[in-house]
Amino acid sequence: MLELRNISYEVDDNHDNKEILKDVSVKIEDHFVAITGPNGGGKSTLAKMIAGIIKPTSGQILLDGEDITEFDITERAKKGISFAFQQPVHFKGLTVKDMITIAAGKDMTVTEICNILSEVGLCAREYIDREINSSLSGGELKRIEIAMIAARGTKMSIFDEPEAGIDLWSFNSLIKVFEKMRDEINGTILIISHQERILNIADKIIVIADGRLEKVGTKEEVLPALLDTAESCKTLTDKL
Amino acid sequence: MDLVQKNLLEQVAGLHEVPEGAYNIRANGSKLGRNTTANIDIVSKTDKDGIDIIIKPGTVNESVHIPVLLSQSGLQECVYNDFYIGEGADVTIVAGCGIHNCGVDTSKHDGIHTFYLEKGAKVRYVERHYGEGDGNGENIMNPQTIVHLKEDSYMEMETTQIKGIDSTNRVTRGDLADGARLEIHEKIMTHGKQYAKTDFSVDLNGDNSSCNLVSRSVAKGESKQEFFSIMNGNAACAGHSECDAIIMDHGCVTASPQLTANSIDANLIHEAAIGKIAGEQLIKLMTLGLTEKEAEEQIINGFLK
Repeated sequence: MLELRNISYEVDDNHDNKEILKDVSVKIEDHFVAITGPNGGGKSTLAKMIAGIIKPTSGQILLDGEDITEFDITERAKKGISFAFQQPVHFKGLTVKDMITIAAGKDMTVTEICNILSEVGLCAREYIDREINSSLSGGELKRIEIAMIAARGTKMSIFDEPEAGIDLWSFNSLIKVFEKMRDEINGTILIISHQERILNIADKIIVIADGRLEKVGTKEEVLPALLDTAESCKTLTDKL
Repeated sequence: MDLVQKNLLEQVAGLHEVPEGAYNIRANGSKLGRNTTANIDIVSKTDKDGIDIIIKPGTVNESVHIPVLLSQSGLQECVYNDFYIGEGADVTIVAGCGIHNCGVDTSKHDGIHTFYLEKGAKVRYVERHYGEGDGNGENIMNPQTIVHLKEDSYMEMETTQIKGIDSTNRVTRGDLADGARLEIHEKIMTHGKQYAKTDFSVDLNGDNSSCNLVSRSVAKGESKQEFFSIMNGNAACAGHSECDAIIMDHGCVTASPQLTANSIDANLIHEAAIGKIAGEQLIKLMTLGLTEKEAEEQIINGFLK
């Protein structure tokens, strides 16, 4: 279980203090939890904070009761937190096989790598020796990013907008990947998403807006209100 | 061969014992062993230090190893090796120089390799440089590679210098006839106060000739690297050069590419990128459980692979 206690985060934006997160407290203990909310609301910041990439200005982060607020990225990774980037990083020279092996933390046979890649809909024969660079499409990079998390198989897997930057075709099969992961992976999946289809399979939905925790609940509790109040300007609503 | 030499041999040629096929092992300035085959002849030069390697036309799937070992501190030599590759031959040539310097004097090996590729000949040329030693003596290597490629010949050059060479000036010259192709992959890592210079110049003289030069380097410590490349497109040709460097600590890298198109149909491209390891690469690997130092090693290993 992951617990955030009174998390705040401020940045100095040209001597103007800007609050990105304001006193966020939430417990994440369900199997499949989605974080949603408007762009710029602080969702990605929160995910990076859990992975240790950003340190909160104040507040505490607890993993299974242990205070990990002061732990660095590596220590948190070793404690069982995995983080799939919204924009996968390119590596010159490192191949899919290298990255999956590093993620798994042990030598991997071709069969083992094949199993993991097929989970995300990639054929190992075609991809195993490919470099993680711009020769791969956005959708392919996303899948490999997700495969690395699957290879780790930790108790807490965070995905930052897996749907961002990929086309509709890729998205449809990506949803299936998450539906499958939901059924097969042990531990908690925390996924930042705007997609109704992802929110639909979540056990719990957390809404973050303007740096604040706005709502936490099941999809029945959260989704209707969310879809109703989707803010649109008058010109747009008039036309609809 | 003593233990020091055996270790050098393993580093530069990946060999534990004498290789199969044709070879010439040079240790401390003299011939340690030589083997020729029905298709590959190796002859000592009479006018200067060095050998001629003559490969008969049509020779395929054979290899030549010509490692050079220096374990005597202070030894300085300049060697001329000429390679004559017959029409339609397809061979692998592995050259390399290992220096073990445990003294205080400067050890130096200058190798001048000239390749003559006849029509349709194919060569894969692998060159490794390695230096070690516990003394204060410097290890210097200045390899020169001159390639003359006739019609439709193909040469692939792979050069590696990873450790222990204090100073190097690598010169490569090439001229290409119609349909000839030259592919060069260079890998360099320098540390301490080392200096490495790449000086590359090629003339694309023939129609449909092409050259691809890829240099990847890492400069650590206070080391300094310079990359000069000149490509002259004198016909309907394609040239591409790429210099990719990672700098660490106080390392310094200069890249000076020069492209000249003397023909309206010449197509020349250069790409250069120099910078430190991207922070997000380190972060990504750390989220997979590596420490910052382990992440750095993985990135560099992959980059120079």
